[in-house]
Amino acid sequence: MSDLLKYDLLQASKAIKKKDFSSVELTNAYIKAIEDTSPLGTYLEIVKDKALNMAANSDKNISNGVSKPLEGLPIGIKDMFCTKGTKTTASSKILDNFYPTYESTVTQNLWDDGAVMLGKLSCDEFAMGSSNETAAKGNVINPWLKDKKVSPGGSSGGSAASVAARSSLAATGTDTGGSIRQPAAFCGITGLKPTYGRCSRWGIVAFSSSLDQAGPLTRTVGDAALMLNSMAGYDKKDSTSANVEMPNLMDYLDKGVKGKKIGIPKEYTQNGTSEDIVKFYDTSISWLKDAGAEIMPISLPHTKYALPVYYIIAPAEASSNLARYDGVRFGVRKEGASLDEMYELTRGNGFGDEVKRRIMIGTYVLSSGYYDAYYLKAQKVRRLIKQDFEDVFEKVDFILTPATPTTAFPLGQKQDPLTMYLNDIFTVPASLAGLPAISIPVGLDKSGLPIGMQLIAKPFDEAGLISTSQVLEKSADFKIIADGAAK
Amino acid sequence: MNINKELKPGQVQGETGLWEMVIGLEIHAQISSKSKLFSGASATFGADANSNVSLVDAAMPGMLPVINEYCVEQAVKTGLALNAQINNVSVFDRKNYFYADLPQGYQISQFTKPIVGEGEITIDLDNGKQTTIGIERLHLEQDAGKSLHDQHPTKSFIDLNRTGVALMEIVSKPDIRSPNEAGLYVKKIRSILRYVGSCDGNMEEGSLRADCNVSVRKAGEEFGTRCEIKNLNSIRFINQAIQAEAERQVEILEAGGKINQETRLFDTSTSETRSMRSKEDAHDYRYFPDPDLLPLEFEDSWVKSLKETLPELPDVLKKRLVSDFAITPYDAAILVEERDYVEFYEKAAAGKDGKLTANWMISELFGALKKENISFIDSPITPEALGELIMLISDGIISGKIAKDIFAEMMISKKKPAEIVKDKGLEQVSDDKEILKIIEKVLGDNQDKVKDFLSGKDKLFGFFVGQVMKMTQGKANPAIVNKLLKENLK
Repeated sequence: MSDLLKYDLLQASKAIKKKDFSSVELTNAYIKAIEDTSPLGTYLEIVKDKALNMAANSDKNISNGVSKPLEGLPIGIKDMFCTKGTKTTASSKILDNFYPTYESTVTQNLWDDGAVMLGKLSCDEFAMGSSNETAAKGNVINPWLKDKKVSPGGSSGGSAASVAARSSLAATGTDTGGSIRQPAAFCGITGLKPTYGRCSRWGIVAFSSSLDQAGPLTRTVGDAALMLNSMAGYDKKDSTSANVEMPNLMDYLDKGVKGKKIGIPKEYTQNGTSEDIVKFYDTSISWLKDAGAEIMPISLPHTKYALPVYYIIAPAEASSNLARYDGVRFGVRKEGASLDEMYELTRGNGFGDEVKRRIMIGTYVLSSGYYDAYYLKAQKVRRLIKQDFEDVFEKVDFILTPATPTTAFPLGQKQDPLTMYLNDIFTVPASLAGLPAISIPVGLDKSGLPIGMQLIAKPFDEAGLISTSQVLEKSADFKIIADGAAK
Repeated sequence: MNINKELKPGQVQGETGLWEMVIGLEIHAQISSKSKLFSGASATFGADANSNVSLVDAAMPGMLPVINEYCVEQAVKTGLALNAQINNVSVFDRKNYFYADLPQGYQISQFTKPIVGEGEITIDLDNGKQTTIGIERLHLEQDAGKSLHDQHPTKSFIDLNRTGVALMEIVSKPDIRSPNEAGLYVKKIRSILRYVGSCDGNMEEGSLRADCNVSVRKAGEEFGTRCEIKNLNSIRFINQAIQAEAERQVEILEAGGKINQETRLFDTSTSETRSMRSKEDAHDYRYFPDPDLLPLEFEDSWVKSLKETLPELPDVLKKRLVSDFAITPYDAAILVEERDYVEFYEKAAAGKDGKLTANWMISELFGALKKENISFIDSPITPEALGELIMLISDGIISGKIAKDIFAEMMISKKKPAEIVKDKGLEQVSDDKEILKIIEKVLGDNQDKVKDFLSGKDKLFGFFVGQVMKMTQGKANPAIVNKLLKENLK
């Protein structure tokens, strides 16, 4: 049975269609894997019966010869996606009793394409965090080190850890400032954040509306292509959804990188980046060069402002987006003597510290007298950051950077919020510019933790991102399986 | 405070002299749209509580607003009708505050970049003059839900049916100078909205409400500090609230006090305004552009195509009625208040005496409907019937006096006037011989009075006319009676 866990998404898809094994068999293997890896804390909710029903249905489709792209493939869903009838909490106490009556567009797209739902994956509360430690139900453990508990990253920490631990074949994530790419890097898997507008935000619990974007976390670049093919698509229910045709990403596998220009931004080799990561960065550059790419030094001068800009805009939007969690219509209510007291108790009790911190920052930067100095200025700088990328993309096709300045850090290490925010330093600029970016594993550091490299592409060039990152993937030949993975 | 009868409208007599009012209005007009501004839920009034609520209206997690294009069209058409600047790019902002009937925790509105900019309208004053009131802006926004505090001893209930319904907020410049002008302004706006079809203007159902900004100053001085009176839902209350608020402010200022800029409520039972919240307590709404919505953009050609669909608007129509039917601008202004009035009038007056038709419609028909509490569209008298009556008068078939009796009969029986005339034998007698016969009888019966008349008591002429009319049950043509009487009293 456990042999089945070895198949990645693409391989499993082929095998199921050839009837080497059934979806029910595969799903059962994953349900067992979920049980075996439960100490990692990746799943908040497991929907065994639902999964097996969906799998049986897929098997029927396969035997009827009507299989769809993701037919019978069991995947996990980040708890930010509303799933009809399945508890959706965004890892927050305030939604501990919330069962949506609707299905998010992205997950519906996945089910429509035949995927099987295993359950809901932990994340930082309302996707606010870079370590998965802000989750109400406790942190997730990175499966890479047996003897030491390290963070899987965040906010899609449950998704990344689950894919690395082989308790899901692939998973969905959401990325606001790096929430797909950073945990993917920490857990030695592939994480793709598409262009803003590529995947519908309808039915995804909102954190920062102008930045939030769904994407896949997978074992390989090919798997990411297969997943994103199904997840993406224009949705008229999301006004910011882009009506831009996405080519079939499967057509862009094995295309190579010959003649492509790769930009290396001088601002991204800053102090504080670990030696091992710098070393692999250099190696990655030479891999691309060897594969026929042209390497060009570039400059993104406003990069240094990205983090402060992000930590103004994201909390500002969050402070407003989270106002709806007031205990009036859904969620966990704490009664009070007056309406104001009910709000105070409900929100005081329901939100964790990091969420409260960001609501306060956001409220502050939007308040009268401070709006111009913070929010408005941040929006102006955001445009400059975007302009940096537009200028650079006149000359290069892709930008290569490390995904994170360090590898996974130990859990429970009391970090001040600012140090924690620095984790997003390489991922935030592409988020602010709305650009597609991918993180793929290229090797391990001295302590045996994975290192991720990030490729950033032009808007809506997910196809190019797939081709190019696959070159790195092949060169790196990263085939080591996490210690804590299901066997 | 005694109100000096000699005061002009909008003046307040204080101990230190005359004060004048400065008034600006914010009108909230609900767009007549089947569905809400950002969701597909029905916007119908009067449904069971919480039955017209979509996932978006209830602000469920992950729900997103999608603009209702029909509502955008209505706002643009209204802007055009207000002679206003149409902004081809406008932005939706979030106005953040907590309240139980505001599910999102913010209202989607337009703050710095409204869909419609400056414009102006003309209002007709009672003295026949006109004045222009500037429009500052018109923007689109969502309505909030309704809190019900009287359903349970300790709990408040929330009805979200109204949540997310589309409103146009029409903000005037502080150009209004009296409660009466404020009322005329609201009437004019309401009339324009109804012509355009963008709002039914029904103040009782709350589809038109006004916030009034009121301040007072001595003539020629700078504007004073204003107070905003919230949520007035009738023209009468607007009048009363402004008057009461202006008097309150004068009293404070004359006692050496200062006006606090604040939001006030009008208590209809005491006809006084009272403080709702002061500026210090005012919310910090933390406006910022709604990241769930793209800027609203459209082409000039689209605006132009909407302009072509606009109906003839009150001011244009008024001019046309004056020239086509030779009626006074004052009468025309009344007739164009409602599109239904004009349609009725044009049918009734076609080919007839326009002035006479207008008189009959404005004084008799409007009066009778008001007395019987019948709405105009339910009028038992059709335009054709009124026209026929006018024709009977103009042709001298019936006298004006008889016409009033017939009109009263028409209100009840819905019979055609000619029919009533025929049934009751009310045709005017215009035959000289017939009238002469009666005159001879009247003069013969009153020979003493004839002598008195001939000896100089001219006033008795009326007596003879009255006698003749009495004998003919009022049917004798008064002109002929006069002519023949004069001839026979020599």
